[in-house]
Amino acid sequence: MRQYETVIGLEVHVELATKTKIFCACSTEFGGAPNTHTCPVCTGMPGALPVLNRKVVEYAAAVGLATNCVINRRCRFDRKNYFYPDNPQNYQISQLYEPICRDGYVEIDTSAGPKKIGIHEIHMEEDAGKLIHDEWEDCSLIDFNRSGVPLIEIVSEPDMRNAQEVIAYLDKLRLIIRYLGASDCKLQEGSMRADVNLSVRELGSEKLGTRTEMKNLNSFKAIARAIEGERERQIERIEMGRPVIQETRRWDDNKESSHAMRSKEDAQDYRYFPEPDLVPIVISDEWLASIREKQPELRTEKLLRYKKEFDIPEYDAQIITSAKKMADIFEETTAICRKPKKVSNWLMGETMRLMKEHGVEAEELAFSPGNLAKLIELTDGGTINSSVAKEVFEKIFLDDTDPVQYVKEQGLQTVSDEGALRAAVEKVIAQNPQSVSDYQNGKEKALGFLVGQTMKIMKGKANPGLVNRMLKELL
Amino acid sequence: MKELMSLTALELGEKIQGGEVTAVEAAEAALSQIHRLEPVYHCYVTVDEERVLGRAEEVDQRIRRKELTSPLAGVPVAVKDNLCTEGLLTTCSSKILYNFKPAYTAEAVKNLENIGAVVIGKTNMDEFAMGSTTETSFFGPTKNPWNQEHVPGGSSGGSCAAVAAEECSCALGSDTGGSIRQPSSFCGVTGIKPTYGTVSRFGLIAYGSSLDQIGPVAKDVSDCAALLEVIASYDPKDSTSVQRRDCDFTDALREDVRGLRIGIPKDYFGEGLNQEVRERILGAAKVLEEKGAVLKEFDLSLVEYAIPAYYIIASAEASSNLARFDGVKYGYRTEAGEGLHDMYKRSRSEGFGTEVKRRIMLGSFVLSSGYYDAYYLKALKTKALIRRAFDRAFEECDVILAPAAPDTAPRLGESLRDPIQMYLGDIYTIAVNLAGLPGITVPCGRDSRGLPIGMQLIGDCFQEKKILRAAYTFERTRTYEHCPAAQEGEGRG
Repeated sequence: MRQYETVIGLEVHVELATKTKIFCACSTEFGGAPNTHTCPVCTGMPGALPVLNRKVVEYAAAVGLATNCVINRRCRFDRKNYFYPDNPQNYQISQLYEPICRDGYVEIDTSAGPKKIGIHEIHMEEDAGKLIHDEWEDCSLIDFNRSGVPLIEIVSEPDMRNAQEVIAYLDKLRLIIRYLGASDCKLQEGSMRADVNLSVRELGSEKLGTRTEMKNLNSFKAIARAIEGERERQIERIEMGRPVIQETRRWDDNKESSHAMRSKEDAQDYRYFPEPDLVPIVISDEWLASIREKQPELRTEKLLRYKKEFDIPEYDAQIITSAKKMADIFEETTAICRKPKKVSNWLMGETMRLMKEHGVEAEELAFSPGNLAKLIELTDGGTINSSVAKEVFEKIFLDDTDPVQYVKEQGLQTVSDEGALRAAVEKVIAQNPQSVSDYQNGKEKALGFLVGQTMKIMKGKANPGLVNRMLKELL
Repeated sequence: MKELMSLTALELGEKIQGGEVTAVEAAEAALSQIHRLEPVYHCYVTVDEERVLGRAEEVDQRIRRKELTSPLAGVPVAVKDNLCTEGLLTTCSSKILYNFKPAYTAEAVKNLENIGAVVIGKTNMDEFAMGSTTETSFFGPTKNPWNQEHVPGGSSGGSCAAVAAEECSCALGSDTGGSIRQPSSFCGVTGIKPTYGTVSRFGLIAYGSSLDQIGPVAKDVSDCAALLEVIASYDPKDSTSVQRRDCDFTDALREDVRGLRIGIPKDYFGEGLNQEVRERILGAAKVLEEKGAVLKEFDLSLVEYAIPAYYIIASAEASSNLARFDGVKYGYRTEAGEGLHDMYKRSRSEGFGTEVKRRIMLGSFVLSSGYYDAYYLKALKTKALIRRAFDRAFEECDVILAPAAPDTAPRLGESLRDPIQMYLGDIYTIAVNLAGLPGITVPCGRDSRGLPIGMQLIGDCFQEKKILRAAYTFERTRTYEHCPAAQEGEGRG
């Protein structure tokens, strides 16, 4: 049996988080009634002219800087000509000849250690509108709300060898871009889209095989499945002595198979040429410096700093820095209460649990560090016990409730009044003779049950240490 | 009434400001001239009289309230039909836009309306400004007011003829390769192609985006300068718009060319130039010399490459600019289309005329993979070389004096038979667009058949004032020749 190696390169489209479109002042907000976020520019009206949104350049350069790219100090736009109704001018304004970023890389972790994935280029372009096919009326309608929404396309080198590396690369890109605030990078909603270029070759061969391009990949899982499927399909063809055809294929994740969309032969000639309606973009030293200045600390740097500054386990640091929002909450809360390990515990434990339960993403966390810090103080000072604290945290997580006020209003303070406790403990002992005798016969577990029963009578507010001590005394 | 139309725009504007004439009377005078002459000359595609009179009335009120004090307030201005006018048909003289009413007004036209000029109508042109005779208009040709057997030139033939026929006081045209200067020459009027970036292109339906520039057409240099002063503006909506501080063009209207170095490119006066045209233009040069200018001959041989470079660049841009006319969003859509691609094909085949299709095909070809370097890239390099040749020339001289066209206006129907010959007719105007320079055409006489001849003066970038000064000084040595068609009519009948 021959051994094959898979060679994969990615084209990743990322929708930028600007408020307005790339060439006009229309809103980029998702949703909205059809054709309400439009103007003569983004609907391709005669005589309308594009004007570049500076923020797009800044985001693109920020992503380039964060991925170790060379920022081209002079770049320009080109027109990509093709006819399709979602493209109102019948050309897309993109960058071919002089893109904004070139020659970068990101580092990913693989089973064999860290690996650099090269970035060939990053360019800026505009999104198209959306076609809606009305089967009932037998017609197609166009919504130009998306037309002109800014995108960057990140083109990697063919440096990846399997699905794990691809996922790690995408994860890394997504993390970086989210850290920069340049996009929310949601695959399902299409704000991040990846096309996979894949070829196979015999292990040890220097020459690249014929590649195909796979489109319509809407999740990491779909990407992994598509890579596996396409690798097998190509190897099968080669084994059968049939050549791989250079073509664009569309992945159907339900059927777990792909079909050819168009081959290289009928690939369109896009007749690219420099966009005459826009002047070349010159990124001055000052401009680049100001973009660089605004770059946030990225994850790799954060991890190093956490190790030095805070005494928390490496594992905690990894998880906390997996989203900028989480890291921000960690840092701000720690700055207030100066208890990094406690903060980390809240984030790693209850926060993660509630995020899962309520389907909240890290970027959507809305509670304020101040309230978490107060909660930690309340617990540490013995004002509330840990089970009450969990209840209070849920209120903080959901509504950003002030814990001090909440505890006071709800009367959740721990009861340490010995008289009240003693009465409760005596009552529990009287009502549970079996457990009492179990304990006295050496079954330590029975004590836990009795503590629980006491807490129940005290509605969870008893000081658990005191209850323990008292029970032992009376028994 | 027609006396009002025989005035220059500034003369009429002065009467309006002085309360002697109202904007409504001026508009009525233009409309009556239009009624009388349009059946023969066909300068306009659209005239909406109700709208015109409504606007004129508004302007009168605002003049009375002293809100409008511009010397051009109330003056009837014609606008080329490739400039968008909100709610008013804007067709580019093409079937594909036969029903197109824009949702907004072009910046240059807005500037005019803001100072109270009254847009009297939309003028005929070569379809999408592609042509040199106004014969490629879907709505039929415009005729030369000096002789209806002849074309007015093009592509701004409607605007230039309307000024000559006194169917408006002044007009806007657009110039991509000579489309203001050549028809101005053929119609005996004055027209300016400003430095690229001086007038906003926002709302100008693009032909060759890197070459297109809007400019004024009028009876004389003063009107043109006043009009240019109004339409020139920095517009953030046009990325190629230039922020200029020297747009006080009327300031340059001084009768003084002493010491002005005028370059005469030998290559522009050689073979292919009609003898009578040469004599008139060299005669004009002589007049300027007598006024104190210094004439200098120089070499501008690169000009022979200007025509191929121009047709490659302009067609390439046009092939992309005109892609949006596809029957989907606005304009003409075929009745017969089956499926998307058939609909595209038929709508465009039926909607565009022959010359437009020729240039779309030429442009698509030169941009195709495998040909891009050989044609488009080479044309861009040629453009840069031409620019450098002009830079060298302007080290030696202040203004370049040249013909605007090799001959006077051809007869109707003569030009379209041989497109290459027609393209060659652009030889003296095209290089100016490639280099982004300003140019002006001023009348300097007529040929033995009575057809007007214009002299072209070319300046370095942003040096409109120099060519205005030279043109103004020359103009002061002559009197404006009203074309007989404009003056006939009421007086006779």
